[in-house]
Amino acid sequence: MSLDKTTVTAIAHLARIEVPEDELDHLASELSGILDFVEQLAEVDTDGVEPMTSVAAMVLPRRADAVTDGGYPDKILANAPEADEGFFLVPKVVE
Amino acid sequence: MAYVIEGETGDWEIVIGLEVHAQVISKAKLFSGAATEFGAEPNTQVSFVDAGFPGMLPVINEVCVEQAVRTGLGLKAAINERSVFARKNYFYADLPNGYQISQYEQPIVGNGEIVLDMPDGSSRTVGIERLHLEQDAGKSLHDQHATKSFIDLNRAGVALMEIVSKPDLRTPEEAGAYLRKLRSILRYLGSCDGNMEEGSMRCDVNVSVRPVGEAELRTRAEVKNVNSMRFVMQAIEYEARRQIEVYETGGSVVQETRLFDSGKGETRSMRSKEHAHDYRYFPDPDLLPLVLDPAWVEAIKASLPELPDDKKERFVRDWGLTPYDAGVLVAERATADFFETVATGRDAKLAANWVTGDFFAAMNRMGRGIDNPPVSAADLGGLIDLISDNTISGRIAKELFELMIETGKPPAVLVEEKGLRQVTDTGAIDAAIAAVLEKNPDKVAEYKSGKDKLFGFFVGQVMKATQGKANPALVNDILKSRLG
Amino acid sequence: MTTALTDLTIAGALDGLAKGEFTAVELTEAHLRAMEAARGLNAFITETPDLALERARASDSRRRGGQIGSMEGIPIGMKDLFCTEGVRTTAASHILDGFTPPYESTVSANLIKAGAVMLGKTNLDEFAMGSANITSHHGPVVSPWRRRSDPGVDLVPGGSSGGSAAAVAARLAMAATGTDTGGSIRQPASFCGIVGIKPTYGRCSRWGVVAFASSLDQAGPMTRTVRDAAIMLGAMAGHDPKDSTSAPIAVPDFTKALTGEVRGLRIGVPREYRPEGLAPEIAALWDQGIDWLRQAGAVPVEITLPHTRHALATYYIVAPAEASSNLARYDGVRFGLRVEGKTLDELYRKTRGEGFGKEVRRRILIGTYVLSAGYYDAYYAKAQKLRSLIARDFREAFEKVDVILTPTAPSAAFGLGEKTDNPITMYLNDVFTIPTSLAGLPGLSLPAGLSADGLPLGLQLIGRPFDEETVLNVAGVMESAAGFTARPARVEA
Repeated sequence: MSLDKTTVTAIAHLARIEVPEDELDHLASELSGILDFVEQLAEVDTDGVEPMTSVAAMVLPRRADAVTDGGYPDKILANAPEADEGFFLVPKVVE
Repeated sequence: MAYVIEGETGDWEIVIGLEVHAQVISKAKLFSGAATEFGAEPNTQVSFVDAGFPGMLPVINEVCVEQAVRTGLGLKAAINERSVFARKNYFYADLPNGYQISQYEQPIVGNGEIVLDMPDGSSRTVGIERLHLEQDAGKSLHDQHATKSFIDLNRAGVALMEIVSKPDLRTPEEAGAYLRKLRSILRYLGSCDGNMEEGSMRCDVNVSVRPVGEAELRTRAEVKNVNSMRFVMQAIEYEARRQIEVYETGGSVVQETRLFDSGKGETRSMRSKEHAHDYRYFPDPDLLPLVLDPAWVEAIKASLPELPDDKKERFVRDWGLTPYDAGVLVAERATADFFETVATGRDAKLAANWVTGDFFAAMNRMGRGIDNPPVSAADLGGLIDLISDNTISGRIAKELFELMIETGKPPAVLVEEKGLRQVTDTGAIDAAIAAVLEKNPDKVAEYKSGKDKLFGFFVGQVMKATQGKANPALVNDILKSRLG
Repeated sequence: MTTALTDLTIAGALDGLAKGEFTAVELTEAHLRAMEAARGLNAFITETPDLALERARASDSRRRGGQIGSMEGIPIGMKDLFCTEGVRTTAASHILDGFTPPYESTVSANLIKAGAVMLGKTNLDEFAMGSANITSHHGPVVSPWRRRSDPGVDLVPGGSSGGSAAAVAARLAMAATGTDTGGSIRQPASFCGIVGIKPTYGRCSRWGVVAFASSLDQAGPMTRTVRDAAIMLGAMAGHDPKDSTSAPIAVPDFTKALTGEVRGLRIGVPREYRPEGLAPEIAALWDQGIDWLRQAGAVPVEITLPHTRHALATYYIVAPAEASSNLARYDGVRFGLRVEGKTLDELYRKTRGEGFGKEVRRRILIGTYVLSAGYYDAYYAKAQKLRSLIARDFREAFEKVDVILTPTAPSAAFGLGEKTDNPITMYLNDVFTIPTSLAGLPGLSLPAGLSADGLPLGLQLIGRPFDEETVLNVAGVMESAAGFTARPARVEA
């Protein structure tokens, strides 16, 4: 599997990571190398094998429906790069 | 009768599927202990889990699971004993984790159905494709600042049920009927309040068109966030006509997401979002598969209330109502309960007429709900009793009803206070009739010479003389014998 | 006093504290001095001396009141992946710049409850992604060990818990927390000549630990002795209702498992862990380990774990896929670094482009790719099936044996700047530890000997799910047999 620059650009966009143009080639070859390496799994017969979901036989625990959290907007906003009037602020999103 | 849109090239059929996001009624969020109440100050109902802080983990709320199962059962749907939560990955300002926890390949509820009650009294069954649980996103406010959007995460993480219909709907009216019925069922079950204004029920509409007679489905467009029943119908109509025009001018419809502009009554493309649609679903490794105990599901099933369809059937069967009246009365559980309180031990048809007639009219006029009715069920029942035992006439009953609304007093008290009791004393009626006949000898003569229509005139005069309180049947009988 | 306070084991220090030979404050001060003197190792990202002394004083006062936790007064390092309330937490990433958690992770809270005293936050590979502790935004960690042949070369401590391993080996902390996703406790433990155990997945809560790969991440102790590991694991572990994957299983007293009795115990020796080209000194050490156990009365049994050879590839699909999603929350909106942009998308791209280092970016991109439309079945779904097969291999093996013995890493520590040409070369460091992680099993590394060049080498013991007791007990027996007393070159005496 060899990734071209266009594919790497598309993946980088999906992941919202800016990659400088001059790093694309190198990155494409590195990623291709990793994909070549993991390609070996194709040869393993996994017909009828269930994907692993948990280590021990456990059931999904459920909590009671009670309000036990929240109510601390100051803590929620304390680390925000930009906040005002109790809101997080981001550059205006145009629909 | 099939609904078609006449195009330049022939008749077209609309194919509609609805995806409804219904907010689950629960105290706390789907995966955190923060509150779900509507309208709180920004970011006050947010936990570190909801805000996607490092190291935070989801733990599922059992009531949200129960509500989804309850709803699935209410839609006569298959409940999946094993379902899986998956992450839907995309970036947006009001999606703190960069993914929404949803269900993808294995939803909690599978195929079900909804029976639509059409205004003409007919009914039609529409398939439910699936119901799954997922997290709501936060809210972005775009109009607070010239260059910034404001983000409030209070809603982030509130449980939603996404209910997906099969593409079985064919007209805007059916879509409206579907939403009304779904809302009714959700409210009966207590799993969603169905409030479209507050956004606790939101709708995406999938629309495609095809020439009448064509079997294949054509490309559909998804119209997002259409937030009232009326807008849903408008959006379908507009979108169908738009697609027909595209086809008829030689174009082809592209699969895309469109936004309904309620101001203009139009849909428009959201091209900006198109290229980014790769959600990279995968099972959420922070959660194990959700496994339901069949006995638990059975217990929920046993606890379900009587739902609108069953109730309607019973109202027709046991109360002798028309399917139409029954349909109207069962739309809201509280209304149906109100009716049954009024009807029990009384003339059910009379009760139905009163509830759907004067009572509904008063409620609309006064802007009241069934939870705060203009008169109580007991008092309305009392009024019907007074009609049935001939204490009051039908005409007086309408007057009495208005007095009950005005004063809040029970009908029997008002009848005494205002002297509304119907006159059934034949002596008194006799005397009134004698007086009327005596005053109108010419009319009596005319009547006797064959002018039958004058009978009504005499009745009117008698009623006027008795202030409407004379028993009309007695008046008729006595008049007839006197005029012989 | 014959032994320096910094040379004590946890068990020894608890004894000394109990006897009143020294106070928690004195013990803490000794470690703070060592920490200061060894700043060249770059083992800590954030030192918290004031907080440490405050907690040490509180510990002494609790002790006087007869309230004595299982790690009362013990100074430890905290991997900077655990969120600590009021103390900057970085995950060694630029993207968490300025982040101070308003909450305490369950594991670190458990340690506080047990009376442990945090000295500071230890360095690591960025978001725990690495095997050499060279991807930290705060600079690489230098191992306190030196090659005999070439003492001028700085060596890596292993990773990702490299700061913790270096701090414990260099006697800057009596113990430290680590986290292990594919070997991040065991491999640095091996490189630094200490004990590290990755418990069974679900044994320690993940709540409040910055996530790398959710289905693999597991916290564990890094100590200088097996007994210390048993003490500290007991303090860290326990069911946590805030973590849906935390096992509702009682925590035993792990120290009680250290009976020294292994007679009749069957020791699995998997043939797949002896590939062609395995370094002879590693093979020899492994044979030595088998021999120690045989002499102690255990029975070595050759076993097969046929899917081992696919473990690395499986891991390098599962871990990046989960990471790509787990790291989406670092977007410059609610905490950490923000690099401004004209649009929200530009803000995301710049913040994440600048905030994540090279290795993290690489893994996010691979993870994004393998989950993207059309590839999910071929990669992620396939890899999760492989995990089932790998887990099944272990399950079948554990029908025949009680514990499995393997090397921890294919080599001793290497030099800073070596093995960086190709990501795969670096990934191969974890070839022996990854299968255990994929199966969720407990794995422990203990120092078993020195390489020809005087560097520590570790052996790994793998146990049944939630059977850390057998692992620890066997490790204790091997520890006695090995008599590992070598000290790193750079320990200020």
